[in-house]
Amino acid sequence: MSRSPSRSVLPGFGLSLGYTLVYLSLLVLIPLAGLLVKSASLSLADIWAIATGPRALASFRVTFGASFAAACINAFFGLIVAWVLVRYDFWGKRFIDALVDLPFALPTAVAGITLATLYAETGVIGEWFAKAGVKIAYTPLGIVVALTFIGLPFVVRTLQPVLEDIEPEVEEAAASLGASRWQTFRRVLFPAIFPALLTGFTLAFSRAVGEYGSVIFIAGNMPLISEITPLLIISKLEQYDFVGATALASVMLVISFVMLLAINVLQWWASNRHRSGTAKAAPQGGAQ
Amino acid sequence: MSARHSLRLATLAASLLFAVGVHADTVLLNASYDVARDLYKDFNPAFQKAWQAKTGEKVEIKQSHGGSSKQVRAVADGLEADVVTMNQATDVDFLADKGLVAKDYHKKFPTNASPYTSTMVFIVRKGNPKAIKDWSDLIKSGVQVIVPHPKNTGNGRYTYLAAWGYALKQPGGNDKSAQDFVGKLLKNAPLFGTGGRDATTTFMQRRLGDVLVTFESEAELIAKEFGRGDFEVVYPSVSILTEFPVAVVDKVVDKKGTRKQAQAYLEYLWSKEGQEIIAENYLRPRDAEVLKKHAAQFPAIKTFTVDETFGGWGKAFKAHFVDGGSFDQIYSVK
Repeated sequence: MSRSPSRSVLPGFGLSLGYTLVYLSLLVLIPLAGLLVKSASLSLADIWAIATGPRALASFRVTFGASFAAACINAFFGLIVAWVLVRYDFWGKRFIDALVDLPFALPTAVAGITLATLYAETGVIGEWFAKAGVKIAYTPLGIVVALTFIGLPFVVRTLQPVLEDIEPEVEEAAASLGASRWQTFRRVLFPAIFPALLTGFTLAFSRAVGEYGSVIFIAGNMPLISEITPLLIISKLEQYDFVGATALASVMLVISFVMLLAINVLQWWASNRHRSGTAKAAPQGGAQ
Repeated sequence: MSARHSLRLATLAASLLFAVGVHADTVLLNASYDVARDLYKDFNPAFQKAWQAKTGEKVEIKQSHGGSSKQVRAVADGLEADVVTMNQATDVDFLADKGLVAKDYHKKFPTNASPYTSTMVFIVRKGNPKAIKDWSDLIKSGVQVIVPHPKNTGNGRYTYLAAWGYALKQPGGNDKSAQDFVGKLLKNAPLFGTGGRDATTTFMQRRLGDVLVTFESEAELIAKEFGRGDFEVVYPSVSILTEFPVAVVDKVVDKKGTRKQAQAYLEYLWSKEGQEIIAENYLRPRDAEVLKKHAAQFPAIKTFTVDETFGGWGKAFKAHFVDGGSFDQIYSVK
């Protein structure tokens, strides 16, 4: 926000900021700091060695790659699902709307076992793909399937309220000014929903990066091919190598944080750009 | 107010009920590995009866099950388990290193503190279409082997060591030839299960693979779950003897004053009745008589122990399963 808080219309900024900081510290910052402290008993060279081992590198590729792919799929199809749920009325809409939340409610292990059974070469869905020569379960593709499943609600739920806010009149206005369907979408609708889409994408992506339960049952867990980083962390715990596990977790945390920060910057830039056309002339308050 | 009055009454009644419900003199907590659930479901009531007959004391036994290394981590972090009953010595060793159990825990009870044993066997499809008879058949091309993750699961580690030990025992076998052999075997694995049960599900329900390597005791559970007509059990020429160490957690029993009961509880595993229950759960009893009685269920098989072949679990672990050990080497030489 470009407003300075000192001139904000709403009172209680100091109190609410203090509360926010305390709350975030207790819930997020202190546990994460604990993680970093625990891995601090290692030198940077040790951590570097752990993080750049062949299996670790391969697992980063698998984890972040599959998460990114799954988030992209979710962004695309989630947009369509949200659009249909907001714009059209049809029989069974409420039911489908409730279905979207199911991946949130299902225990991840249940999701993983179910997906593995469906997508195995002998499974209901897997056998069709097997005929076409595509293996899904126990390959990196299976990981993408699991991560897509658990990430879907994020995109749909972040987009729905934004789409509801866009009145159909806007589209009608665009059409009456001679815009094609595609132009209306690209020039009018998409800029308005892009920040929310990015938020949904980010949520789906970051959730996928840390996902363990639903993935390990379908991944196959082959070293260098389909091992996810959380599995390597568990593997280190199984060797009673707590420090190594926290080191790997810290590296993962840093990578995730940098990515989230980058996406947030992109988002901020996108929403500013979108707004700059309409609200550029907002008076700048506050003494510098 | 009458409402408040009735609330108070209800609270009183509830606390009374609670006091009546928990009427054991002593409560023991047994932290155990995942698949020991069925065994202790049968064993605990038997011990309770025997203990009450002997001392007049009522003992309540609580169970906590999970992945074995998760369990010992919980105990190390303060889960107040009086006894641990595990499926790998490494897990109890970890607690011994932390000073929670005696350093010489395996001498505190008979037979290496392992009241029963099992071994790794092959489960194949009905009719054994791939004619699998021994470990050497598992490295043939076109044979798919289903195993749990050799590095992260107890079941998988035993499989790994069993195959390694078999290769060592071949004419001219050495560590290098054993590593080659195990490497070829793992190349025949299309996936690594997340645990023993997951591997079983993959093999039996999803029909993947030609052979599943697992504990002998699992075979009977598979029969119960999936029916007998669907698979065969194959005993290889030689396999590994899997031990299941138990220990009293000194720190906890001294604090709670339950040493006597905890000790008796574990000792009862070696009693005739305990051994009988163990055999009924398809685990090989240590008692020769009980073993003989159930001979039909436990075919003779040549076995080697981790101690004999690898110089103990500690050494085996360092050589094979730590980062950079033989398992990692197999996967870095592509």
